[in-house]
Amino acid sequence: METKDLLIIGGGSAGMAAAVGAYDRGVKDILILEKGPFLGGILNQCIHNGFGLTEFKEELTGPEFAQRFITQVRDRKIPYKLDTYVTSISKEKVVTYMNGVDGVVEVQAKAIIMAAGCYERNAGAIGIPGDRPAGILTAGQAQLFLNEYGCLVGHRVFILGSGDIGLIMARRLTLEGAKVLGVAEICPWSNGLNRNMVQCLYDYDIPLFLSHTVTKVIGKARLEKVIIAMVDEKKNPIPGTEREFEADTLILSVGLVPNNDLLDKLGIPTSRSRGALVNEHYETSVEGIFSCGNVLHVHDLVDNVVEEAREAGEAAALYLKGQLPAHKESITIVPGNGIGYVVPGKIDLADSGDDLVFKFRVRQPSRSVFILYEFNGVIIKRIFKPVIIPSEMEIEKLPKNILNSNQGTITISLVDKET
Amino acid sequence: MADTNLICINCPRGCHLTVDEHLNVTGNFCPRGAVYGKQEVTNPTRVVTSTVRIDQAELALCPVKTAQPIPKKKIFEVMASINEVHLTAPVHIGDVVIGDAAATGVAVVVTRNMEKIS
Repeated sequence: METKDLLIIGGGSAGMAAAVGAYDRGVKDILILEKGPFLGGILNQCIHNGFGLTEFKEELTGPEFAQRFITQVRDRKIPYKLDTYVTSISKEKVVTYMNGVDGVVEVQAKAIIMAAGCYERNAGAIGIPGDRPAGILTAGQAQLFLNEYGCLVGHRVFILGSGDIGLIMARRLTLEGAKVLGVAEICPWSNGLNRNMVQCLYDYDIPLFLSHTVTKVIGKARLEKVIIAMVDEKKNPIPGTEREFEADTLILSVGLVPNNDLLDKLGIPTSRSRGALVNEHYETSVEGIFSCGNVLHVHDLVDNVVEEAREAGEAAALYLKGQLPAHKESITIVPGNGIGYVVPGKIDLADSGDDLVFKFRVRQPSRSVFILYEFNGVIIKRIFKPVIIPSEMEIEKLPKNILNSNQGTITISLVDKET
Repeated sequence: MADTNLICINCPRGCHLTVDEHLNVTGNFCPRGAVYGKQEVTNPTRVVTSTVRIDQAELALCPVKTAQPIPKKKIFEVMASINEVHLTAPVHIGDVVIGDAAATGVAVVVTRNMEKIS
């Protein structure tokens, strides 16, 4: 069987940055496996700008950001295979992949970095009531069709969900001549960045219906009508508040989920992010298998993805040199009240650097609150937040010496100012 | 001129700004809001990104952008000129496809390397 020191699953921003991180720490026997026909992954269809402000100190479009990393991969002559699909991973780190040239191939890897990104929740996932006509698709699908294949997916479009991709597609479709009738968001707040609310909706007078959802889709061959209604606090539609839109297309921007199936099948424990539970080296419960980028937890900014993935690549390099300590008793980190998820899920003080880094999301927008860190029930840190919102991931560093033991539980929670 | 209501885009706080006829900004939590409010009322600008047709490349479309922000009221004129562009591969990031888009003085440039296919 063919062998590789490091196999990287996914050739998007995370996979390329992980490869560069590992290579620069001395790993030369690397192979990147990419499902699509190009390196760069989803960045290729994100033709809008706003990428790279942290990583490159300038504002780039998605394809420009991707090209910076493609160049880094090619400069290092790191091998990659395109149009290549990984079908399984074993605990012994045998990876099975297939493509049209090599057929089905098994490779024995010494280390694996999972960098397979995330997928979109679709119509089936949210169970929209009504007919099942053509013309209902996810925002990412509409983006791929429009920006890479040149197909305008519809002429009268309604959008469900106020995630950033949905907002960006509202602008894109408008610029290409479609009429975007409105955006419905089931939450009482928008899930997109203010910048996108202003520059994608308000600039083009596209109405936003907060606390609304689609209650029915009607159409025979093609979508004809979308019915929306206001929802109560429990997100149940309120009868009598329905509005009807004559739309030929419904675009869904209703959430992203880590594409973690390959690791799920191994029985690797997951966190509340729905990605693998990892330690501070992005290592899963199986030593030598790492996870980073959107397959670990869904990020808002690609700049954060590449930073995380480079660190995962560096950790894989340490592992391959035998310098990453074996798993032992360590500290568990759990999301408490008001916190959606936290990465990492485990930390070993003996192995970590001077700072402990926590990445997490809150469940709902709040003002004038504290993020509370408790260690074995004792408050070790309180951080004031004037504003905190679910659509922006928090990244916080704490000095390692704040902890007095290498065993127990850190709970991160959100508390009101008064308490 | 009546008061203009805006949402500040500088940070997640999203202050609701009011700009009066003398360009006084209220509702801002920090000075960045005042700068943004004045700019949005006097000369709002945006970077426009889109695609143009391309022949002999692996895809039928090539992404492009305005090299600098252009006046917001010119967005649709710039889009009309972008829609007339038809490229032939190879093209590379930064290649100018329109020198002066809709008399804005701003160029439109390629944002993706696309090689010629054999």
